[in-house]
Amino acid sequence: MMTKKNVGGRYLLNTVATCLLFGAIMLVVESGLINRYMAMMLIPVGYNIILATSLNLSAGFLGQLPLGHAGFMSIGAYTCALFTMAVDMPAAVEFPLGLLIGGVAAALCGVIIGLPALRLRGDYLAIITLGFGEIIRVIILNLDFTGGAFGLKGIPKYTTIPVVFVCVVITIFAIHTLIKSRHGRAILSIREDEIAAEASGISTTYYKVLAFSFSAFFAGIAGGLYAHYLSILGPANFGFMKSVEILVMVVLGGLGSMMGSVVSATALTLLPELLRGFSEYRMIVYSLLLVIVMIFKPSGLFGRYDFSLGDSLGKIGSIFRRKKKPEQGGENDESDS
Amino acid sequence: MMSPILDVSHLGIDFGGLQALDDFNIQVDAKEIVGLIGPNGAGKTTVFNLLTNVYKPSRGSISLTGQDTRGKSIHAVTQSGIARTFQNIRLFRDLSVIDNVKIALHNGMKYTMAEAILRLPRYWKQEKESTATALKLLDVFNMAHLANEPAGSLPYGSQRRLEIARALATNPRVLLLDEPAAGMNPSETQELMDTIHHIRDMFDIAIILIEHDMSLVMGICERILVLNYGLIIAQGTPEEVRNNPVVIEAYLGQQRGE
Ligand SMILES: Nc1ncnc2c1ncn2[C@@H]1O[C@H](COP(=O)(O)OP(=O)(O)OP(=O)(O)O)[C@@H](O)[C@H]1O
Ligand SMILES: [Mg+2]
Repeated sequence: MMTKKNVGGRYLLNTVATCLLFGAIMLVVESGLINRYMAMMLIPVGYNIILATSLNLSAGFLGQLPLGHAGFMSIGAYTCALFTMAVDMPAAVEFPLGLLIGGVAAALCGVIIGLPALRLRGDYLAIITLGFGEIIRVIILNLDFTGGAFGLKGIPKYTTIPVVFVCVVITIFAIHTLIKSRHGRAILSIREDEIAAEASGISTTYYKVLAFSFSAFFAGIAGGLYAHYLSILGPANFGFMKSVEILVMVVLGGLGSMMGSVVSATALTLLPELLRGFSEYRMIVYSLLLVIVMIFKPSGLFGRYDFSLGDSLGKIGSIFRRKKKPEQGGENDESDS
Repeated sequence: MMSPILDVSHLGIDFGGLQALDDFNIQVDAKEIVGLIGPNGAGKTTVFNLLTNVYKPSRGSISLTGQDTRGKSIHAVTQSGIARTFQNIRLFRDLSVIDNVKIALHNGMKYTMAEAILRLPRYWKQEKESTATALKLLDVFNMAHLANEPAGSLPYGSQRRLEIARALATNPRVLLLDEPAAGMNPSETQELMDTIHHIRDMFDIAIILIEHDMSLVMGICERILVLNYGLIIAQGTPEEVRNNPVVIEAYLGQQRGE
């Protein structure tokens, strides 16, 4: 079992690694090692990571398939944008506040949609969230204060690489720590066997709605980032295809693997940009990739594997120590490895 | 006189035209081990499904430690002191053995979601305590060394024992075991009998046991109820039941004829 000191060490390790990663990203961006266009691509990479990992909470860890993640994203996007445009506060105050409000608005919708859909056993969630995504889009299209079909314009460009980075780190940290708690185990138990979960004293409806709205919360945050990155919003950005795109990221990476979501969200955001000529065929590339992965590795690229820096370093360390031993003892254990 | 922990009266349920159970009465006291036997389709599992509110009774009432369980959800009934295993094993197969038990310890922990996400001291303290509790429970079943294995990878007999450990983790007053020895070999069955006695004494719980293995039922139950076509056709000590001609005809006779 893990000792307290060990745990503290891991926190330190992960914090240092996160800071190093941030330093490296900023260095690459600021030094002009990659062009400005590619540097700005890091922002979509970031909000797509947030969208994919949050959807994974619902689809991979809870085992319930929502098809309206873009709907929650749009609620966060519009709420956050309308808030920052309406109030007159310093950016450092109104943007985080707006993101939070956008997230909460999306989470509330998650509760409202989730309660009726998740009380029932079966695939009602997929159908209801599918409908929800479309309804939200149509509502936004027909309201005045959302700008209707013309959309919202002149949203302040607050979304910077550091802001996105911080949001990604918070999302991954929060979902990870949630999963590793009694609440997270309750969520996992529902995926494994709902009847056994109830019989073990877990309120399955409560934890389904909780996981689902938690997932919606982060979709809302991603929406806020998205709005203040593009500075224009239109209802067309949040169609059914966007929901499918996020779902593809999750399924490709592996349902139930945070690391898989991060890798495949990054790859699928950058890939179409790298293959510029192909960007129109993005959905075709996605579908093909999905078909290929489903044929050769149905559990996704990473299955349910998750990366742990502490464990990996520990393993590398032990390989290193094992390699060293023969030098000292003069014995050959190469056949072991 | 002490009131019984479990008091069931005139319980019955119909599935369409089929009367799966009728006029089922039972009082169970603390630390009793009661056997529930009967031919296939007699309604034994249905009794468990009614006691745990998986099914809604068509008639009759169930009172657990003096509380009527009517209208409670399944998890609420579990929390008020009844736990079960399943005839067709239902483990959280892809989760580790220890997580299977810790899921059932859920309501024993009190830290909030915010405390979990921020990893505040209460999270660490209660997680550590529940890990220790889970390991202690697994140890009762000689499974502590398997704590980190995926539950689905265990052999059949171990899966059945893990299910009992998980049920015990909910801290029940009444434990319902649905064919716990099914698929076990004779030595495993013998070991299970000892374990059942042991957990009864250790946790002060009442146990109701469905079982087809007559040596197990006769060996550890103080009292046996015999069901046939949804009705109690006999009850009494193992001795009385064994010699009851009605039972022999309905159940034991059927086996002798084989
Ligand atoms: N949900 C249900 N819907 C319809 N009929 C049911 C349902 N559950 C049980 N039954 C019927 O009720 C009767 C009793 O079933 P039950 O599972 O309780 O039998 P059992 O005594 O546990 O048998 P076995 O020894 O085979 O496990 C059977 O005829 C069964 O088909
Ligand atoms: Mg049965």
